[in-house]
Amino acid sequence: MPLTSPISRPCRRLFLAGLFAVALPAMAAAQVTVRIDDPNFEPLPIAIVVPQASAGDERTTAEQIAGVVTDDLEGSGLFRPVDPNAFVQRDGSEVLAPRFNDWKGIGAEALVTGRVFHRTNGDVRIEFRLWDVSTGRQLVGRALETRRANWRRLAHKMSDAIYRRLTGERGYFDTRIVYVAESGPVLNRVKRLAIMDQDGANHRFLTNGENLVLTPRFSPSAQEITYLEYVGQRPRVYILNIDTGRREIVGDFAGMTFAPRFSPDGNKIVMSMARHGNSEIFAMDLRTRATKQLTRHQAIDTSPCYSPDGSKITFNSDRSGRQKIYVMNADGSGVRRISNRAGRYATPVWSPRGDLIAFTKLEEGNFFIGVMRPDGEGERILAEGFLAEGPTWAPNGRVLMFFKKPRGGTAKLYSVDLTGRNERPVETPVSASDPAWSPLLKD
Amino acid sequence: MKLRFALVVLAIGLASAGCTKSSGKSTGDNNSVRQSELARPLPGKTWQEFTEPSKNGYSDRVFFAYDRFDLDEDAQATIRAWSEWLRAHRDAGILVEGHADERGTREYNLGLGAKRATAIRDMLIALGVNAGRIRTISYGKERPAVAGEDETAYQQNRRGVARPTTGGA
Repeated sequence: MPLTSPISRPCRRLFLAGLFAVALPAMAAAQVTVRIDDPNFEPLPIAIVVPQASAGDERTTAEQIAGVVTDDLEGSGLFRPVDPNAFVQRDGSEVLAPRFNDWKGIGAEALVTGRVFHRTNGDVRIEFRLWDVSTGRQLVGRALETRRANWRRLAHKMSDAIYRRLTGERGYFDTRIVYVAESGPVLNRVKRLAIMDQDGANHRFLTNGENLVLTPRFSPSAQEITYLEYVGQRPRVYILNIDTGRREIVGDFAGMTFAPRFSPDGNKIVMSMARHGNSEIFAMDLRTRATKQLTRHQAIDTSPCYSPDGSKITFNSDRSGRQKIYVMNADGSGVRRISNRAGRYATPVWSPRGDLIAFTKLEEGNFFIGVMRPDGEGERILAEGFLAEGPTWAPNGRVLMFFKKPRGGTAKLYSVDLTGRNERPVETPVSASDPAWSPLLKD
Repeated sequence: MKLRFALVVLAIGLASAGCTKSSGKSTGDNNSVRQSELARPLPGKTWQEFTEPSKNGYSDRVFFAYDRFDLDEDAQATIRAWSEWLRAHRDAGILVEGHADERGTREYNLGLGAKRATAIRDMLIALGVNAGRIRTISYGKERPAVAGEDETAYQQNRRGVARPTTGGA
């Protein structure tokens, strides 16, 4: 997949009219686009007009949708929504024929217009269009429909479509975050699993805080979470169904199981198991319950994570005397160390695109979040803190979330893009750690 | 490690109840006879009395160096005392918790806590405590003993803690 969309701003190239293009001369023309991997990129000015609506409650929905789309795109750091007070054309009435010179005049390079309908069956429908202001070309024209209570997902899908068309990358707005909500005093911390939309909406707790819970991770279907729970002084890996609340132990072994992750096809859990105090990596097939030991070493082997094609596993081991990052084949063969610099390296997480491995690094008393290629080269540090840990990838592999605790403070979630330039706090009702980003939700 | 346990067992034989911290050097001193005063008989003491610092000087916990799980002399002396208490309380089991400070990543620290708890367990077994009486649990960095973000606090948090599970408590 290309890192940028076909035509990049500032370096404009030629582009042929796409499927959704309206009746414009079918000739090559310059097109607005966003360069996602350029740290010097200036956010693209985009005008998001509140969709047209007739009835009062439709108008409310239209305003809410425009608000969510604005927040999504602005939060990505790649877009700068133009202040609606500057709009010459304010009501979205010219949905099919925007006056592009007006939009050019206020500095907008992309324009979003639309219409919202409330159906009698309780559904909400939006028809929206994304325009290239400089050429007047329609880049996206799409209708989305869902239950009215579900309008936020409709807005996120709209953001994803806009993001995808302008960056050439899949979006990540129609996603959820599971994390560990922390409360209570430091010496008796209460930890609960919590889930929320990527933008913090629809927050709810999944466990009641009675048992210590750690390190939740989504299944590929985003319907289940695997995590560590201390049940009766027995720390074990569990799977929790988000909708039904049903909890299931992943193999009742004699020793502690921890650090679980699903395989990309969802059929396996890879995790650590401590036997006689020694942590080794195991994979369990969830259909047959067959368990296979993948590492055999007296060092601590933990934090395993499959490559997106399922053929390899990256993991953390101190077998060299210090924590470093390793890669092996999914059957445990061919172990090789990939992190060769000084410092302690931990929590390797393979990008959903396969091109990078995110990690936590400890060096000279500080914690860092960074990425390296699967061959260990190309290390880049994206964030740092007194304590920073636990990166998780957005499904498009362009944004990371992690948690950070300042000296004297409590843990909090942050997101950062691959340029390291757009670090932002992710608001949660209470202190937060161990975030996991879901895949894109299914339609 | 095996050799060290053998020496420990020998030392206990020589020092009978073995109920004070050893001050002997571990190397080049193998033939020394360690002497210490006996505390009042253990069977009469609950774990809480036994590990009350003001009364005995024994502790319910031992400490570890950063990113290490080996037992230093202080830790070994404490564990020796635990084994004596367990010998005097045949109905008691023991839960050994392994803990880490917060200057490590969560999952690795769970593994490190397991190594620490197991190092203690192995020494208790070498001292003659039946393996069936010992359970271990790792809390990683989840249950600090001391709040604080300096080495003084971290030292207190890199620990193994023993708690009686049945009887004798």
